[in-house]
Amino acid sequence: MKQLNKTTKSNLLTYGMVVALFGIMQALVATGNVSSLLKGLLVPLCAYIILAVSLNLTVGILGELSLGHAGFMCVGAFTSAFFSKCVADAIPFAGIRYLLALLIGAASAGICGILIGIPVLRLKGDYLAIVTLAFGEIIKNIVNILFIGRDENGFHFSTKDSLSLGLSPEGEVIVNGPQGITGTPQDSSFAVSVILILVTLFIVLNLIHSRSGRAIMAIRDNRIAAESVGIHITKYKLMAFSISAALAGIGGVIYAHNLATLTAQPKNFGYNMSIMILVFVVLGGIGNIRGSVIAAIVLTLLPEMLRGLSDYRMLIYAVVLIAMMLFNWSPKAIELREKFSAKWKRGKQKEA
Amino acid sequence: MKFKKVVSAALVAVLAVACMSGCGDNKDGQASAGGSGGDVVKIGGIGPVTGSAAVYGMAVKNGAELAVKEINEAGGINGKQIEFDFQDDENDAEKAVNAYNTLKDWGTHAILGTVTSAPCVAVGEVAQADNIFLLTPSGTAVDCVKYDNAFRVCFSDPMQGLESAKYIGDNNLAAKVAVIYDSSDVYSSGIYEAFVKEAKNQNFEIVAAEAFTKESNSDFSVQLQKAKDAGAELVFLPFYYSEASLVLKQAAGMNYAPKFFGCDGMDGILAVKGFDANLANDLMFLSPFTPTSEDEAIQKFVTDFQESYGDTPNQFAADAYDGIYAIKAAMEKANVTPDMSTSEICDALKTAMTEITIDGVTAKSLTWQSSGEPSKEPMVVKIADGDYAVVE
Repeated sequence: MKQLNKTTKSNLLTYGMVVALFGIMQALVATGNVSSLLKGLLVPLCAYIILAVSLNLTVGILGELSLGHAGFMCVGAFTSAFFSKCVADAIPFAGIRYLLALLIGAASAGICGILIGIPVLRLKGDYLAIVTLAFGEIIKNIVNILFIGRDENGFHFSTKDSLSLGLSPEGEVIVNGPQGITGTPQDSSFAVSVILILVTLFIVLNLIHSRSGRAIMAIRDNRIAAESVGIHITKYKLMAFSISAALAGIGGVIYAHNLATLTAQPKNFGYNMSIMILVFVVLGGIGNIRGSVIAAIVLTLLPEMLRGLSDYRMLIYAVVLIAMMLFNWSPKAIELREKFSAKWKRGKQKEA
Repeated sequence: MKFKKVVSAALVAVLAVACMSGCGDNKDGQASAGGSGGDVVKIGGIGPVTGSAAVYGMAVKNGAELAVKEINEAGGINGKQIEFDFQDDENDAEKAVNAYNTLKDWGTHAILGTVTSAPCVAVGEVAQADNIFLLTPSGTAVDCVKYDNAFRVCFSDPMQGLESAKYIGDNNLAAKVAVIYDSSDVYSSGIYEAFVKEAKNQNFEIVAAEAFTKESNSDFSVQLQKAKDAGAELVFLPFYYSEASLVLKQAAGMNYAPKFFGCDGMDGILAVKGFDANLANDLMFLSPFTPTSEDEAIQKFVTDFQESYGDTPNQFAADAYDGIYAIKAAMEKANVTPDMSTSEICDALKTAMTEITIDGVTAKSLTWQSSGEPSKEPMVVKIADGDYAVVE
């Protein structure tokens, strides 16, 4: 271990943590020691971890505030669910179908990211936050008025209602406006989702420590200085933002293929969800990838584990959020933490 | 760096403890369930008790708890007491599956739920895989009862649209009809589509079909003006009473007085605060349940409900109340005992559901088809002199 440098060690710790948690969970599942509640939560947890890590790339590394991460997730979820439902009969092999769905979800979300990024990332200031906020709401509303059906004559589109699709009697409605997509094949599995987390971590961590990553962080720290040494500002910003969007699309694909029904509600693809993912990132530590993973796990499990307290669980959840925020960010708490860590270090030195 | 390591290690430890304590709790729950498993029938409920749809979930929870209390006082199901556990799903499909898994861990024998449509479809899918009996009190979407283990108490969306169109046509209420509907709502758009489909077979014409969404549900003047310009004599309002009260107020404000016709979501309009009940005179709507009915069983239900919860029950509460009695009747028919496995109970209930007849508060002699749909006649309620009255 001595030869490895600090970043490699830190990265390996992050991968190791995910693999270890996966191993522990698999062992518990195999021995039947896990409640069905926790088993059902495994796949959504993976989706949230990917979303938190990908948002951290925008917020922590690029230093831009994005309030529309759920919008990219929504794009990935709906395009991939649409694809999977269309080809459910044509491609009976779940593995290949899921792989294609992942690629389609990531690509469509990434393209949306590029389209939004091109005009907005040229600007200075908080414009990205405003535009992404609007984007998330627009996507949600578009999905809610979209009707797509299929019969022997091909696809039919409408933005009014499913009757105006003019389908033949054998035709089926695939995207049914506010009722969304029902009957998506449930292809998501825990093992594949964990592999996707590792892929996400690999992409994000390697990007951060690459030449491009240093350029991105230079822009974050001092835009003028970065520009003066010849860094192409828009290009690097766009790179980080679109990768973040594409990874959010992957999170959406996992989410969509875990439930039989997919509807765009404010709760799951609206402003609330974007803020929740942002909360994972902020409480895990902005720019700290491992922190995002831990915060996503803790904050997703917490309200479910508190189900026994019924009426008080949301109250306790809120209190925990406030407590975590104070612990992470209040100057007094930071002071206190530093004092303790200094003491701890001194104690260790004495031992040595 | 070291400090960060310490913090992350501490957080991981907290997480691990949280996980384990969670598991521990569940195991304890299961253990105690196993111990007393032979003595109580466990019925789970799923619905939103927090969030924007909480009012429906609370009504179902209260209605079901009232029925459970009554049954337990009368000796339970086959001599066994019922234990009822209602889990929150926040009207979200993902949370509904979590709630379902919680109930599964608890060892539920049958589930009353879920209250709203989209979560119901998601839960239906997993419940079918586990073969757990599902009776939704108010999930109106067609796909809610897609599988043979799922039944419902309420009418489906298409059924309501169809019955409304038939009623308007059969009674020659109007020749020109306008529809205003909430295109962002599953319930409203489902009824609207079935209504338009059936309207083709009826003797009236739809002259205007205007949509609104959740984001624009306070101003209906544009939709009403279009209906007025098209000369509509009747306006069909397939959505909930809170928006409908605004429609009526704004129509009166622009001196437009067509007939208004609604669906079961209209129930409760007279209780809207600050609403002039005179505006609702002659408003008609389809409803499976009216709290002012003179029927003895309904009166008893309404007074008991008011005593327990201080509120007049709506149709959600009534559907849940009937749902619990339906589960009871089916369990007695199939001679279900709590020591049977959940899957065995489900198989037994699947057949028993189609053989029972119950006299509930939402219908007399309520029966079920194997498709999961209830067979009952919708009642048409008309508001006269600030009160509900059933139209024969």
